[in-house]
Amino acid sequence: MSRNTAISVAGLHKRYGDDDVLTGVDLDVPEGSVYALLGPNGAGKTTVVNICSTLLAADAGEIRVAGYDVQRESDQVRRSIGVTGQFSAIDDFHTGRENLKLMADLNHLERSRAKAVIDDLLERFELADAAGRRAQTYSGGMRRRLDLAMTLIGSPRLIFLDEPTSGLDPRSRRELWQIVREQVADGVTVLLTTQYLDEADQLAHRVGVLDGGRIVAEGTPAQLKSRVPGGHVEVQFIDAARLSDVAAVLPEATPDEESLTLRLANDGVASLRRLLDHLDDDVVAGLTVQSADLDDVFLALTGHAADTQDGAGAENGMEAVR
Amino acid sequence: MSSQATSRPATTYVVRDSVTMLRRNLLHWLRYPSLAIMLVAQPILFLLLFVYVFGATLGAGLPGVPGGGDRGDYLVFITPGILIMAVVSVALGTAVEVALDMTGGIIARFRTMDIAKVSVLTGHVIGAVLKTLFAVLVTLAVALLLGYRSEARPGQWLMALGLLVLMAFAMTWLTVGMGLVADSVETASNTPLFLMLLPFLSSGFVPADEMPWGLRQFAEYQPFTPMIDSLRALTTGESAGSDLWLAIGWSVLLATAGYLWSRRQFTKVPTR
Repeated sequence: MSRNTAISVAGLHKRYGDDDVLTGVDLDVPEGSVYALLGPNGAGKTTVVNICSTLLAADAGEIRVAGYDVQRESDQVRRSIGVTGQFSAIDDFHTGRENLKLMADLNHLERSRAKAVIDDLLERFELADAAGRRAQTYSGGMRRRLDLAMTLIGSPRLIFLDEPTSGLDPRSRRELWQIVREQVADGVTVLLTTQYLDEADQLAHRVGVLDGGRIVAEGTPAQLKSRVPGGHVEVQFIDAARLSDVAAVLPEATPDEESLTLRLANDGVASLRRLLDHLDDDVVAGLTVQSADLDDVFLALTGHAADTQDGAGAENGMEAVR
Repeated sequence: MSSQATSRPATTYVVRDSVTMLRRNLLHWLRYPSLAIMLVAQPILFLLLFVYVFGATLGAGLPGVPGGGDRGDYLVFITPGILIMAVVSVALGTAVEVALDMTGGIIARFRTMDIAKVSVLTGHVIGAVLKTLFAVLVTLAVALLLGYRSEARPGQWLMALGLLVLMAFAMTWLTVGMGLVADSVETASNTPLFLMLLPFLSSGFVPADEMPWGLRQFAEYQPFTPMIDSLRALTTGESAGSDLWLAIGWSVLLATAGYLWSRRQFTKVPTR
């Protein structure tokens, strides 16, 4: 294994009873990169994370994390990783500060250093005002931030984030993304799972699409999108009046008043020409031809929609409209 | 990345991690006092019930008291059994606390951290023993208020408390195991209930000699009987004799079995 591979998984199999959850997963995550495992509920994303983070034993496969074998060298693996699971891993009876103190103690930080690290995390994660309140009283977004802060207290170089933003409102999601980006800027490797396609697009260097216990497609977000023809054209206008003028003559286009853009499905040169006929040089601030987004990719690759249940889809839709 | 991790023996931090977990455990009692109050109140309620409702009648039937005993004699007779109920009561709470922990997300966090694994359990166990001491002392204080007096020497009381602590270890390691194998908090609160019943089927509340044959055999050989008999001897200033060794033996045996069982349950990597 090369020195700069953070996670390598080869031929991972896992079966629960009669149910084959993972049927030969291969992964390779370079150090300092973000890898997103994308898939619908039940695709086996959490199982991959649990096996890589020593919570669960694999049936077969070679899994090395931070250079160590997850089964034979699990202590070394645990020393190198931080995990934020799908379910809130905070102590409800402790305050925010006490939760962080608990983690500092378990990471064996010195008292003076612990205080500095805790104060810094509370500040960065906007939890300073709520630090003295019981975690029980925290909102969903605050709980996730505290959860992640607890994971980061030992400064792990590799973190697992299992559906880090599921159930969060759009603002909290963006705040959490920002925190993840800051970690990545510091050189931390991230393996995240998500069923939000835009999340993988936003955060990941590479995306693996997990479906039916296998990686059915892998690549950069751009590579995955290029697999699907079509996409759309986006025109940026200089003001709202020009935008509405053009939108009026192109009923099939979707205007966005806030960003002053007009979006039009790209189904060939004809549609492009028709759009250009209505545009003058001095009203256009920018024009982009976009390939398909990951939603289209998922449908094309797996033959079914990425997410068909609960509020997640609706929230995702909301995010797309903005 | 591998250079980040330094090698050290896994046991280096057992004490430190256990103290951390103990602090967490005790903080829970302070933050969630209703459970604590219920667990401490349980033996006290039994004490009041038995002394004031059944005490006069049961006291009259006590053997070895010339002219038949009274409520006060019965109080002296049942106090050891009530102290054992305080031990069991806190242990029942421990099963619930462990199950609450295991069903929550934080245990997954602990499992993915490089900490002394057993510290998660020792935190519960040491916490439970401290709470048991607290419950025992409160119960004893109530008994004193009701008129309980002891002729035992301080040394004998120390031995009695030591025996109670040992029993607390035994009961707690068993209930930790029960909390670990329970698939829900409800199961964890129900499974150990039989422990609460066992003192009644011992020499705790009526002399075992007066029970029907089958029950008497059970009462004579179950672990609570030598425990209660030893406590009774120690707290009345008599010699506990072989009962004390039986009580210690049972406690060590149950504590060891409970510890090994719990550790096995906790440290095995689940396959699902």
